[in-house]
Parts: sequence; structure tokens; C-alpha cells
Amino acid sequence: MDAIFVFEQLLNGLGYGLMLFLIAAGLTLVFGIMDTMNLAHGSLYMAGAYVAARVHEASASFALAVAVAVAVTVAVAAVLEFLVIRRLYRRDHLVQVLATFGIILIADDAVKAIWGVAPLLASTPAALAGPVQLFEGLPYPSYRLLLIGAGLAVALGLYLLVNNTRVGMLVRAGASNRQMAEFMGVRVGAVFAFVFALGAGLAALAGALMAPISSVQIGMGEAILIPALVVIVIGGIGSVRGAFVAALLVGLVDTAGRAFLPPALRAVLPPSVAADLGPALAGIAMYVLMAAVLTLKPAGLFPARG
Amino acid sequence: MHERFPGLARRLPWLVLALLAAFPLFAPAFGLEYYVGFVRRVLIVAIAATSLNFILGYGGMAALGHAGFIGVGAYTVVALVEAGFSSAWLAWGGAAAVAGLAAAAIGAVSLRTRGVYFIMITLAFAQMLYYLAVSLRTWGGDDGYGIYTPLEMGVWLDGAHAQVFYWVVLAIAALVFALFSRVAHSRYGQALRGIRDNETRMVALGYPVYRLKLAGFVAAGAVAGLAGGLLASHNAFVSPGMMHWTQSALLLVMVMLGGLGRRWGAPLGVALWLTLEEALKMHTDYWHWPLGVLLLLVVFHAPQGVAALLERRAGKEAAR
Repeated sequence: MDAIFVFEQLLNGLGYGLMLFLIAAGLTLVFGIMDTMNLAHGSLYMAGAYVAARVHEASASFALAVAVAVAVTVAVAAVLEFLVIRRLYRRDHLVQVLATFGIILIADDAVKAIWGVAPLLASTPAALAGPVQLFEGLPYPSYRLLLIGAGLAVALGLYLLVNNTRVGMLVRAGASNRQMAEFMGVRVGAVFAFVFALGAGLAALAGALMAPISSVQIGMGEAILIPALVVIVIGGIGSVRGAFVAALLVGLVDTAGRAFLPPALRAVLPPSVAADLGPALAGIAMYVLMAAVLTLKPAGLFPARG
Repeated sequence: MHERFPGLARRLPWLVLALLAAFPLFAPAFGLEYYVGFVRRVLIVAIAATSLNFILGYGGMAALGHAGFIGVGAYTVVALVEAGFSSAWLAWGGAAAVAGLAAAAIGAVSLRTRGVYFIMITLAFAQMLYYLAVSLRTWGGDDGYGIYTPLEMGVWLDGAHAQVFYWVVLAIAALVFALFSRVAHSRYGQALRGIRDNETRMVALGYPVYRLKLAGFVAAGAVAGLAGGLLASHNAFVSPGMMHWTQSALLLVMVMLGGLGRRWGAPLGVALWLTLEEALKMHTDYWHWPLGVLLLLVVFHAPQGVAALLERRAGKEAAR
């Protein structure tokens, strides 16, 4: 294990963390402002990935594919918010789990009906197919660099939106004290519809960007949902800043765990034990991180509610 | 419940039990042998759901990791089979015991948190168990583990009838159901409901809230482990998929569909869900979405679950 390998893994972790942030940002705002647990957030991520993969294949333009994926998903999310989510705000968390689980079932069948059961093979855009020589001895896939750049740009944009605009002020007011914000005349319903659509757009963007480097298949939404939930719990529910820090932490811990734990264990344990234990510990790492954070700070790293 | 036939409510459970017990005997005459296995699965899942209904419906503990205990039970059976044991009773007892221990450890940590954080931390522990199972290659890892020789239930049981396992499952399910119904209405059950409705007050009244909750959590975990052990025998196969978070969510969904905190909620929800699933699968590849629509209908039109709907109907008829 040399320094270059470590650096490469850190970059991978950064990219994965930033994609997790795109998914978690919407989830944490919806959760924080309207106290609504939306398990179907992963389905929006899946929708983004599928639309992007098909449009890219049909039009050969990756930028167009990403734009269409975000637009379509935002439209679907707006309908979903109007028909279902809007009626769930004041209900119990368990009822929200029940309803949004129902949406997952419907979404998975809809994807199956439209695009079939077989996983789609999404290709990287031709211009970014090759590696970039970052420095001597470290070629790095240029597409993964695009992921990191896009992730950082969106994170910065979201930071400015939340902290420096009027809309962002309303969003923060809603997240920190919904009732008080309502008393002060904020139309929280409209803010929430906006936030839900924004979150859906970010999830779709993550789906579209992740499509070429992950498998686009039914169930991908359920698989990414759990790490995203871990991120928002670690970061503090409702806090975008918390989600950012936690997403990078989870991305790095998860990637580092997979890359470094198995070889490290092989060095100290008998091979047969290490072969079993390494992957297990790597898969578990982010949950251990969450349990540790919750033990020390029960409301997450950056509690949004005072 | 007050209805026109005051004896019916008392006799109905026995009637259902008698019908279920007789089912394997008359099933072959109607060509329904396949469904004996199906009903057996419904009964096993109902055992797990009943235990979840106990902590969730009566105790207010929204655990989203119950499938983890089912998995611990199932893998305990695998471990015992791998070690050369062949007694079914030892395997199932071991499954319950190990799952109970796991629940004690997980509950001790999780029950210090509340609300969404409790949901998330139980989920996290179940995910840890899932990844542990995926990577344990000695027990099949990702591919799962086949149990090729059926476990022995004892000489006079094994040879008696082809469906003897069905009746064993039915007896265990009836026992578990009766036990939880009884406990739910005992002093302990009342205290648990008090904690669900107002934990602060129960603390002020001097109840050892944390210990009471932990006791319920351990009992429910052990029973879920027992269901996992039975499921291992039923499928003759154990895989990490049993512990995937969607399985925990499904169990929760079935309990809420039936009626949270209602005596008949868990078995009703499980029977309804699995029957619909089976019927839909027979007719179409797209069997998920109707179930999804059903969930939305339940959320908006019958939030108390199907059991409450039936009770209300019974009540209305009595008033007429």
C-alpha cells in the first residue's frame, strides 16, 4: 500500500461522499422542515439515473441527459408532493413510512414497466472516458473528477442559496422552528413544495451522475437510501451543513473501510478469518460511525433545532 | 366487543384454530396441497409480526430492524447444523435464545434514544447483522446456506404424518399469540401502554421505564428469532436477504396494515398481505404496485388498520 493508492482512495471517497450529500440534502430538509420521513427519496434518485441513461443513449449528449433527468424527476416529484406527500405532513412517522414504502413499490413497478427488469448499462460521456494524469504515477478517471467538481459546485450553490437568499432564509426558519415561522407569516406549505422539488432535483442529479459508474437497476434507490439516512442522522436532521460534513465523513469512512481494512486485517490475522472479517467490518464501518456519533451527540453533529 | 352473538367473539379464535388445524387433512381432496406450505409460511411470519406488534403497538417502540432478529435466529440454526446437531427443538430453542441475547445487547443501546433516532439506530444494527451475514463465507455468505437434511423433531413426531411440521408451527404460533395477548392485558402490558402514551409520567410514577421497555424488546427479539429458526426449517435455506432492511419495513407494514396495537392486527395484516402477494404473483409480473396502492389507501382511509375496520363494523351491527 503506497501513498498514491491512499490518495486515489481518498479521492474516490470524496466523490462518493459528495454524491451522498446531493441525496441527503433534500432528505434532511424535507425531514427537518416538515418532519416527514420520505423513504421514496431513493426512488427519485433511481428515476434520475434511468432517465439520464436512456436520454444519453438516445441523444449521445451527456449534458442534455442530465438536464432532462433533473427536469423529469422534478416534475414527477411535484406531482407526488401534490397527490401524496402534502397529506402526510402532520401524520405520524410510522404512517409516513407506510405511505412512502407504498410509493417505493409503485415506483419499482413503474420502472419495470417502462424500462424492463434488466439493469441498464450507462456509458460515461465519450469526452471523459479516458484517465487524467493528476501527477506522476497517478492516472485518475476524468469522469470521477467531474463528479467531484460537480458535487462541490452544487454544494457551494446550495450553501449560498440557503444562507444568502430570501428563500434560503425561509427554509432555515422553517427548519429551526416551523410553528414560529408559520406565526410570522411564512407560507410553510409553499416553502415545503419548493424544498421537496429542490431535493428531488438534487437526488436526480446524483442519480444521473452516478449512473455511468454504478449499475442502473431496480432497487438502487433502496440501496442508496440507507447511507443517505445515516448521513442525515449523523449530520443532525434538518441541517444542510451537517449533511455536507457527514456525507464526506461517511463517504471517506466507507471507501477507506473497503480499501484498507481487508489488507490491514490480512496482516494481523490468519487469512481465512481475515477474508470473512474484512468485508464485514468494511460494510459495518459507517453504522459504527453513526452509533458513535449518536452516543456522543444524540442530536447529530449540527443540530438544526436549538 | 359487543355484538349480537355474544359468544362469537370468544369462540371465533377457536374456530379459526380448528379450521387451520384441519386444513392439511382436507387440502389434498381439493388439490390444495401447495397451500399447506403457504399457510405454514403465513403462520411463521405472523409469529414474528405478533412480536413486533407487541413492542410497537403496545410499547411504542418503532423498531425498523426486526428482520435482523429473524436473521440471527435463522443463522443460529445454520451454526448448529454446521456443528453437527440435528435436533429441531435444540435449533429453534437456540435460535430464540441467541436472538434474545442479541436483542438485549442492541436494545440496551438503542432504547436510550427516542423517536426517529430509535428507528435509525435499530435499522443500523440490523444492517450490521446483514453485512456480517453477507461476508461470513463459512455459512454461505451472499449465496446463502442450504439445509439439506431436515432437522429431527423426535421419533414419534417425524414419522407420524407428512405435515407434522405444519402442526408444530401452528401450535407454536397459537401459543405465542395467546401469550402476547395475555401479557398485553396484564399489569406489565398496562405499564408498557402507559409508557407508550406518556413516558415522562410513567417515570414520575416510579416505574422502571427503561427496564420494562428492555424486557419487552428482548422478548420480542427472542420470538422473532424463533420465527427465524422456523423459517430456516421451512425454506431449508437461509440467506442474508432475510435481514435486508426492506424485510424489516415489510414486517412493519404488515403489522400496520392489520392494525397497530390490536390483538388481531399482526395475524390479519400478515395473512392479508401474503395472500394478496401470492394471488397477484399468479396473475402478473407487476404485483408490487397494487400493494403500494393498497398501502396508500390504508394510510388515507383506514389509518387504524384492517382490524379496526372489522371491529367498527361489528360494533355498528350491534348498535343496529
